[in-house]
Amino acid sequence: MLDDQQALIDLDGVQKEISLELLDDVAVGDYVVVHVGYALGRLDPEEAERTLALLGEAGLEAAR
Amino acid sequence: MKYIDEFRDGATARRVAGAIAAEAEPDHHYHLMEFCGGHTHAIYRYGVQDLLPPQVRMIHGPGCPVCVLPVGRLDMALSLASRPEVILCSYGDMLRVPGSGGRSLLKARGEGADVRMVYSAADALELARRHPERQVVFFAIGFETTTPPTAVAIRQAHSEDLENFSVLCNHVLTPAAVANILDSPAAREIGSVPIDGFLGPAHVSIVIGTHAYERFAEGYRKPVVISGFEPLDVMQSILMLIRQLNEGRAEVENQYTRAVTRLGNVKAQDLCAEIFEPRSEFEWRGLGVVPDSALQIRKEFGRFDAERRFDLTYAPVGDNRACECGSILRGVLEPTDCKLFGTACTPETPMGSCMVSSEGACAAYYQYGRFRQPVKSATA
Ligand code: SF4
Repeated sequence: MLDDQQALIDLDGVQKEISLELLDDVAVGDYVVVHVGYALGRLDPEEAERTLALLGEAGLEAAR
Repeated sequence: MKYIDEFRDGATARRVAGAIAAEAEPDHHYHLMEFCGGHTHAIYRYGVQDLLPPQVRMIHGPGCPVCVLPVGRLDMALSLASRPEVILCSYGDMLRVPGSGGRSLLKARGEGADVRMVYSAADALELARRHPERQVVFFAIGFETTTPPTAVAIRQAHSEDLENFSVLCNHVLTPAAVANILDSPAAREIGSVPIDGFLGPAHVSIVIGTHAYERFAEGYRKPVVISGFEPLDVMQSILMLIRQLNEGRAEVENQYTRAVTRLGNVKAQDLCAEIFEPRSEFEWRGLGVVPDSALQIRKEFGRFDAERRFDLTYAPVGDNRACECGSILRGVLEPTDCKLFGTACTPETPMGSCMVSSEGACAAYYQYGRFRQPVKSATA
């Protein structure tokens, strides 16, 4: 976290400064979706896992 | 990278493709429009179309911000750039689009205009602070994803009383364009593009939420699935659309649950509503004049509106006749239907906006898809 609603994010080891002005209550360690230098939304790791699980199931159904 | 690589796994993609092939009825057609240029890019880049059975066809939509800006609006920026006091800045791709007479902002720069590429609206603001003696104009384009950052910049300029900053606002609205495609008589006449369902945009939906699409499901009986950007997201969303169509459902479903909510980013929406108001009409390349499809800066912030400050008026200008971007943006033609594709028009020497942006169908097709075409037509 930097001053003035700015934050440093890690993009696969590359650090980049972005603005948090469009998002409230972001904490260190959160995943955010960034567009033209602004965090637009949060990324929910639990939902990501759920989607991956569904993708796995779609594959299984096809294999049946 | 976390939460990206997992959504690009090739083996899973083939399994989902198997499910799609198994569930798509052989005697139905599934014409699915991916609205967003980011999806168009992903579909070409990862060869998604090649993983689909022939009755499932992806139609590319107008969701590429650089592509849909009409020549007349670009000409307004070009005329501003020719004023000696002006520093005109915009996102990189915008500088390469040919305006009237094939003249781009980059060409104008070559002729002496002060045109600069910025990465964000905040960079434009910073230029204005650093050059108080100049007029800095931010040529703002884009859908609901780039609008909130522009709103932040205008509010900031307002609180700093930054007199030499203004915005040439070209922000457009996704739902208005979807509605236009669904009910414009012009599109129906020329098009005969029967669209069975929509793949809804990823980033735009983070901002506006899934509820913005509910009227399409209810009013037009078209299923909408909001999809993430990665190839597996797109594949899964296609499967979800096929299931809806098979079951006769028309609902808004959300595949991109890891980032999109029903209400979207309300903070960003409120900020945009504070700074902008709807424009009664706006011309789109490809779609023509669409009512209530764009935003303008509210009177209260009018001093930051470049159209007021420099007394600009919009004059429509016809597209380069040989360029088929308009029909491609309506989903009526494919890039290879254009005579200039890959010959006179390439990403190095773009003749139309669809070849400039990586989200444009022509550029995506040129980069990833053109070697596939002969195979496809040989089997067709
Ligand atoms: S190939 Fe070039 S000229 Fe043809 S439609 Fe695409 S952008 Fe326009």
